[in-house]
Formats: sequence, structure tokens, C-alpha cells
Amino acid sequence: MKMKFATMAVAAVMAAGPVMADLVFPSLSYRTGPYAASGIPFADGYADYFTLLNERDGGIGGAPVRMVECETGYNTEKGVECYESTKGEGALVYQPLSTGITYQLIPKATADGIPIHSMGYGRTSASNGTVFSHVFNYPANYWDGASGAINYLLEENGGNLDGKKIALIYHNSAYGKEPIRTLEELQKQHGFELTLLPVDHPGQEQKSQWLQIRRDRPDYVVMWGWGVMNQVAVQEAVNIRYPMENFIGVWWSGSEADVIPAGAAANGYKALTFHGVGKDYPVYDDIQKFVLDAGKAAGAGDQIGTVQYNRGMYAAMLAAEAARTAQEIHGTADITPAMMRDGMEALEITEEKMAALGLPNYGPAFKVSCEQHGGPGLVGVTQWDAAAQQWNVISDYKPTDRELIGRLIEEDSAAYAAENNIEPRCN
Amino acid sequence: MFYREAGEFSTTYKDDSQTFPIKFDRWRYYFVLFVAVFVIPFMVNDYWVNSIFLPFLIYAIAAIGLNILVGYCGQVSLGTGGFMAVGAYACYKLMTSFPDVSMFVHVIIAGAITAVVGVLFGLPSLRIKGFYLAVATLAAQFFLVWLFNRVPWFYNYSASGQINAPERDTFGVLITGPNTEAWAAYLFCVVFTIVSAVIARNLTRGSVGRKWMAIRDMDIAAEIIGVNPLTAKLSAFAISSFFVGVSGALFFSVYLGAVEVGEVFGINKSFLVLFMIIIGGLGSIFGSFAGAAFLVLLPVALKVVGVDWLGWPTDIVAHLQLVIVGALIIVFLIAEPHGIAQLWRVAKEKLRLWPFPH
Repeated sequence: MKMKFATMAVAAVMAAGPVMADLVFPSLSYRTGPYAASGIPFADGYADYFTLLNERDGGIGGAPVRMVECETGYNTEKGVECYESTKGEGALVYQPLSTGITYQLIPKATADGIPIHSMGYGRTSASNGTVFSHVFNYPANYWDGASGAINYLLEENGGNLDGKKIALIYHNSAYGKEPIRTLEELQKQHGFELTLLPVDHPGQEQKSQWLQIRRDRPDYVVMWGWGVMNQVAVQEAVNIRYPMENFIGVWWSGSEADVIPAGAAANGYKALTFHGVGKDYPVYDDIQKFVLDAGKAAGAGDQIGTVQYNRGMYAAMLAAEAARTAQEIHGTADITPAMMRDGMEALEITEEKMAALGLPNYGPAFKVSCEQHGGPGLVGVTQWDAAAQQWNVISDYKPTDRELIGRLIEEDSAAYAAENNIEPRCN
Repeated sequence: MFYREAGEFSTTYKDDSQTFPIKFDRWRYYFVLFVAVFVIPFMVNDYWVNSIFLPFLIYAIAAIGLNILVGYCGQVSLGTGGFMAVGAYACYKLMTSFPDVSMFVHVIIAGAITAVVGVLFGLPSLRIKGFYLAVATLAAQFFLVWLFNRVPWFYNYSASGQINAPERDTFGVLITGPNTEAWAAYLFCVVFTIVSAVIARNLTRGSVGRKWMAIRDMDIAAEIIGVNPLTAKLSAFAISSFFVGVSGALFFSVYLGAVEVGEVFGINKSFLVLFMIIIGGLGSIFGSFAGAAFLVLLPVALKVVGVDWLGWPTDIVAHLQLVIVGALIIVFLIAEPHGIAQLWRVAKEKLRLWPFPH
């Protein structure tokens, strides 16, 4: 039996020999399982942007892009398998779209010299570049999200949350637990009362949590959900007639797929965001022309302009720009993962660049540096309009409590550095 | 022709009762061991170790453990995931508390701690049987996962509730952490797998195993002929949990490196290992290997064929995987209810007679 594996091994290694002529961007997607509703549009957006670059510009800096898709099902074991099977092909950057898989990959990818971009997820303290050399989470992280949500509520309440009750309903995993520490700090600062309501994987069973919300009547409910958990939570909130405008999800809990199943009653539900909504941007005309009309759209091609599609496209855009930066730094079109890392660390996104890419005012202008892998952390708020079936930005991108977040990041990354004997870089 | 007992003369009782009485079988066994220990470590790369060998070897240990409990002693357990979590968290606490101790020691102690926990949850088996015991062990599954999620001491108060394996070595060779060489991780696991299989095989052939099987076949009859159900059942729980704990420790420290208890050691894991031994064959050590191989390798093989060779969309392949694996399970259970091990046994019987079947 084992001999057979060995011969298969040899055959597979020979068959899957690396082709270095193109830029390989693996997409660890999930189009199946309880998180597919969130994973499909992101994967489509990610793929479509690279298809657009290939069709319109012939790739990045003349080198064609090859996207390798691998299905993880949001499962860490499959994530490992996907990472191992794609890294040999010269993968430039990993975007696993899963906090669990990101945690797994941080040490592995760092050892292998491949950068990770966990955009708005993953380990928040990875924004400290002095400790996490290969991990980036610009332009915003979870703790920005937590702080942004509280800032928004402060604004709503005239700057005072004293005595208010806020419930956090979260996915009982590394992802959902991330904001707790920040919220607890903010609780001390602003005097609100925080209730924690964990929901276990996959998140379909939330009756008892919402019963508690119904009993306690918190003034606000903040959600850190993903996949099917979002839809169920919105539906449960509707069922107990919780006022939707007091229900705020993080950016991963605010897409069309999450609110449409609850119908008109979901009207008014809010979600955070760190980039623009809708498809009112010039880049979508190009996607329509070069990708959709050419019949090259990923998946069913019906997700264009949805929140998660936009985010996937934004992630691909940032990756492509980082690759372009890397090409400029190193003067070669055929970059390696190490060069890609340099490109990500030197990435600078300006208003002009965004406009030239067909995405004016879509995301923040920011500059990544050796110390700062986290971006500016500007957080806006969107609201669902059930009649028009669209998300509207109701609060512009605003800075978060960076002083507090910086302190927490310092603390957490120092613990990681001590655990793993990492010398701080960038001196 | 060459696969037969004829011509083999045992002159001692030891010869007579060995595991592989046929010379060809014995050589095949030595050959497999030789390849596993001396050939594969020189050939593997990260992909083969992390995607195929490690999950296969570690699941095989878990399957052996569960097989002792379910297949040999007849005590249905749905708590495998929870017991694996005990092994993983015990290993994590040991690794972080005693960084200078060899990983071998950590893994074995983690197994021992799991054995103690297993005995605790095995106590109800003295009073309840069958489906009711399955429900009791199901409670263990949920309780343990809840416990590791709930009590921050178990995950050293980390913000995310995850446990991460720090770099640890044995005999100066890194076994855990991102800088581990593929062969080291492989060898470490293969040693545990081989030793577990040999111990389990010999236990089940000896008086302990016979007591388990007596309990499994009819507990009242077993009691009448002098088998103490207390020691028999609890020893099955202890030894089974030991192996399951070892596999959990390896699963966390060597294979995944970072674990989130609800996702990795959830109820799905319990079912997966249970399916492995049902498909592989209840009450068979070979069956544990076959079942683990079936459920670990088949999805990877289907993925390679579907995505890499045929170029199909990943979601179609993922769905097809479920369909094919599910269909094969049903086919197996209908065509061969005793699992792959029974097919193996039948094949061996046929081989003995070949080429003159009459």
C-alpha cells in the first residue's frame, strides 16, 4: 500500500512541476459548506479582478496572472492541505479568508517566506510589522471594527454610553473572540455594560442566545458572525422584533446574502465597512466588458457589486498593486514571494492611484511600512435598505481609538514574540 | 502457491501464535515497516507529509484507540473528538510548562492524562449499555469541548482562545513548529503509529483482549465465566483513551500546529473516526489503518483527479467528493458489512488456496 503512495508521489511531483513564467495567486476559497454564502462572492470577486487584469492589461507588469483555486470549506485541515499543495507552485501571497486558517499559516508561511494578507481578519496584532514580518492586515483590523462600532454608538448617543447595555453575539472561535478584549477595555472607558453571547460553529442554533437578548433587552447588539450564522441571526432578530437599527454587524456580517433571507423585516440592519459599496465605480464597466461579457466570470457570475464580491475584488486589487510595487522595486516582472513581501511592505495607495484603477473614493489612502502592517483602520457604517435591496453608507470612514488599539497590539504581539523567540525587526 | 501455511513448521508455541503465521505475510509486513521507516522519510516533501502521511498516521492511531473500545469491547463511544481534545490540550499545557522535556514524553503523558479522563467518563458504562452509553459519551464530547472553550487556563489566557504549538524537539531534532523538517514530523508520527499498532495488536491477542471480546459478545456470560466487567470495561476505556489522546496530541502539535477546539475536535471528528472503524472493520487493527486511509486519502485523491487533472471547478469537486465518499460508504456497508478488513481476510483465504481452489 505504501509503495503505491511513493510511486504516486513521484508522479505527482513530476506532473506538478512549477512553471515560473507567471504570477501565481492562490485563492483558498470556500464555495461549499455552512460558510459558502459568504465565501462564494468573495472568491468570485477575487478571481474576476485577476481575470480582468489578464484580459485587459495582459497581467501585472506584463507577466500573466495564474490564479490557483483551492477549496477549504473554512476547515483548517483542508486549509493546510491547500496551502501545502499550492505553495510549491510559487504562490506569491495567501489570503485564506479564515481567521482559523490564518492562525495556522502565520508561523508556517513565515518559515517558508511567503507573505499572508489577512484583510480585515486574522490575527489583529499581526499589524505590528516588527514582530510579524510576513503577515499584513491592512487596511483595517478587528479591533478597529470593535472600536469603530463603539465610536458610532457614542456618536448616536451624544458621546455618552454610560449605563447602556451592549450585547456581543459572536462566532465561538478565534474569529469571534478577537474583539472581546478591545470591547472590554472600551467598556471600562465608556461605562457601558457588555454581555457576551457565543454561538457555536456552524451557527445555525441561536435560539437560546436570542432568548437571552429578548429577556435582557440590550440597547444594542453587535455581531461577529460569518456564513450561515449571519442569516440566522438576522432572522432571529426579526423574530423577536428587535429594533434592526440597533443591531450592528462587523464587516463580515453585512452582505446581501445575510439580510435578503429575512425579507423586508431586515430593513435598517447596520454593518461596518472599510471600503465602498455598490457597483457605481468605473472598474465595474471594465469587469462587465472584459470578464462578464466575455463569459469568463468566476462562479455563476451573479455576485457582481455585492458587498463580499467588492471585498474580494478589493483584496485582489491590493495584491495586484503590491505585486506591481514589488516589480518596480526589484526591476523584474517575474517576482518571487520574497519580492512580493517587499512590495507589500512598500505598498502605497493614494487617491490618484485608486482613481486611476477605476475605484475613486472606494477605500482609504494608506502607506504600509516596516513597522506598520495594519493600515489606517478607518471604519464606516452601512445600512441595509430592504426596499431598494442595497446597502447605503450612513457614516463616513472615521478613525478609531488607535491609542488603545496600539497598546493592545503591542501587548499581544509582544506575547507572541516572547513565545516564539522573535527579535523585533525594523531598527 | 507461495502464500500458504504448508511447509511452515512451528517448533515452539511462540512460533505457533505469532501475528503473521505465513512467511510471505511476515516478509510483507517487514517490508512495509522497512519502507515506512527507512525509505519514505528520504523521499517525502512538505506536501506529502502534511497533506497525506500525517493525517493518515494520526487518524490511524485514533482509529486503533476507538476500535479497542467499540470493536473489541463493544462499548459505543461518540466522545472521540473530546478525548482527542484532552490529549491536545494536555500536550499544549505540558509543552508550554516544561519546554525542555522531549516531545516523546509530552505525547505519552498527554495520552496518560487522556486515559484518566477516559476512565472517568467510562464509569457510567458499568450501568448503561448500547445507545444509552453512546449518549453518555456524547455528553463527554460536548462537555469537554465546552470546558476547553470556557476555561482560559487551558489555552494560557490567549486572546483568541486558540492554542499554538511552540517549537519543541526530541533528541535535538525539531518536531513541532513551522521550521520542522518534513521527515522529522513524519518519523515521529510513524514511530507512534507502529508502536501503537503493535501494542494494540498484542493486547487484543492476549488475556486482556479476550476479556474485552467476552464482554462485547455477551456481558452476562462473560461475568459468569469469571471476567470482571469493572476492570474489563474500564481498562478498555483507559487504553482506548490513551491512544486517542496520543493521536489528539500529535494532531495538534505535529500536524496542525494551531487548534481551535470547537472546530477541530467537534462532534464531526467523533463521527469521522467512528466511520473509519466501521468502514475499515470493527475489531481489527488492520481495519483501523484501512479505514483511516480510506477517509483521509480518498478526498485528496478525488481532489487531485478532479481539480488538478480534469480542471473542474473546485466547488463541483467538493460536492462530488461528498457524493462519492457517501456512496462508497453505503456500497461498502451493503456489500461488506464487516468492512475493508473482511475483504482483506477473504482475499487472504482465497490466496491461500490459489491457484487450486478445490
